[in-house]
Amino acid sequence: MLADWTQQEVLTGTTIMAVEYNGGVVIGADSRTSSGTYVTNRTQDKLTPLTEYIYCCRSGSAADTQAIADHVRYYLDFSRISQGREPTVRYAAHVMQSILYNNRDNLSAAVIVAGWDEVNGGQVYCIPLGGLLVRQPMAAGGSGSTYIWGHLDAQFKPGMTDTECQEFVAKSVSLAIKRDGSSGGVCRLAVINRRRRTTAHYHARRFAKVVRWLN
Amino acid sequence: ARPHPTMSSIGTGYDLDVSEYSPEGKLFQVEYAHKAVESSGTAVGICCRDGVVLAVENIVTSKLYETNCNRRVFHIDRHIGMAASGLLPDARAVARHAREEAADYRQSHGEPMPLSELASRVSNLMHAYTMYSAVRPFGCGVLLAAFENGRPQLYGVEPSGVYYSYHGYAIGKAKQNARTEIEKLKLAELSAANGVKEAAKIIYSCHDEVKDKYFELDLSLTSAETAGRHVIVTGEQWTEASNYAKAALEEHDSDDDV
Repeated sequence: MLADWTQQEVLTGTTIMAVEYNGGVVIGADSRTSSGTYVTNRTQDKLTPLTEYIYCCRSGSAADTQAIADHVRYYLDFSRISQGREPTVRYAAHVMQSILYNNRDNLSAAVIVAGWDEVNGGQVYCIPLGGLLVRQPMAAGGSGSTYIWGHLDAQFKPGMTDTECQEFVAKSVSLAIKRDGSSGGVCRLAVINRRRRTTAHYHARRFAKVVRWLN
Repeated sequence: ARPHPTMSSIGTGYDLDVSEYSPEGKLFQVEYAHKAVESSGTAVGICCRDGVVLAVENIVTSKLYETNCNRRVFHIDRHIGMAASGLLPDARAVARHAREEAADYRQSHGEPMPLSELASRVSNLMHAYTMYSAVRPFGCGVLLAAFENGRPQLYGVEPSGVYYSYHGYAIGKAKQNARTEIEKLKLAELSAANGVKEAAKIIYSCHDEVKDKYFELDLSLTSAETAGRHVIVTGEQWTEASNYAKAALEEHDSDDDV
C-alpha cells in the first residue's frame, strides 16, 4: 500500500515576492516543495533565471513552471540574437503570459517576472493563475502570500533603497513561512540591477533572526 | 530554344524567370523590377535633427481622379511610416505585410516594433519573391521611417531585398537629382518642421514639368513634435510646404532669365 503523498502532484506551495526599487528589483522566495504532506525538497530554488537580467519566481505545479520557464528562456535567447540586444522585461513577461494564458486549462502555474532592462529600469510583472499580466511596484504570490498581505500593505512604501527592499522581502517571506504549512526552508533572495546583475543570498540565519524580532 | 518576345532586351534568353541567372551572374527580372521603380515618381526620405520626413512625387495620370485617393505614403504602425516608388499595387502588398508584422510584434512583445526589425522583415519578404519562378519580384522600392527613442531612423528597401539605413535617400525617376539635393542639406541642424518644407522643395525641383504635368505631393512626418507618431501632413502645414517649394522653384526659374 503506497503512501498518500506518492499519488499527489508535486507542488510548490510557496511564498514568492518581488519589489521594484529605483535601479532594479529585489526578489525572494521560500525553498519548500511539497507532495501532499511530504516535503520533497527543502532547498528548492524557485528564483529561476530567464536571462541574466530577468528572473521569474515560480509557484503552482513545479513541473509546469519549470517547463514553461525553459520555453521562455528559449524565446528570449532567440530574441537576443535576432535583435542584438538584451530582451526587455516587458517582452519576457509577455512571452510568459502568452504561454500561461493560451494553456490556462491545462496548467497550474502562477509566476512573477522581475528584472532590469535599459529602457525602463527595474520592473515587476505579476502573472497569476489564468494569465492576467499586470505590472506592479510590489507583487507577492503563492499560498504563503495570503498570510502576509496585511503586513505587505502596511509596510510597503514606494522609493525604498535596495537594502530596505531586501530587508522587507526577507522579513515578509519569513513571516509567511512561519504561518503557511506549504512554505518553508529558507528565504532565498536576489537583487537584479545593471551592475551586479544578480546577487543571490541564502538567508537561513536571517530567517532565524526574523523570528527573534517578531517574538 | 525557348520562345521569347521579339522586343530586344539586354537579357534576352535569361530574363524569363527570376530563378534564372544570366551567364554574367545577373538576375534580370530583379533588374527589370528596379526599372519599374526608376520610371515612377520620386520618393524622398530625410532624417532631420528631431524627426524623419517622407515625401513622394505622386504622378497623377488623369484629372478625373479624386485628390489623395491613391496616396503613396502609408501608415505601417502608429510610429512607422512608409513611402513607395514603383508599382502602387505592389507597394500596397508590401505595406500590408509590413502592417501585419508590426501588429503581430506589438501583440507578442507588448511593445512597438523597432524599425530595424521591421526593415529586416520587409527585406526578407521582398527578397523571398526573387527566388522562385512562380512569383515575380515586387516592382516597388520602399522607404521606412520612424523616430525611436529620440533618434530619427530611415531605411530603404529595394526590389532585390537589399536594404540600408540612411541619413537621407531618394528612389524613383529623379533619384540622382534628389540625392544631390539631400546631400546639400545640413541634416544635423535641420528641424523636422523645416525638413517638411525642404523635402517638398526637393520634390518640386526634381519634378519634370514636361513629361508629367500633374502630380500630388504626398508628405509625412514622424518627429518629437508628433510624439513619435507617423502623421500624414495635410491642411495648413501641407499648404505652407507646397507654397515654399513653389516659391523656391520660381526664384530658381527667375534666376535663369538673364
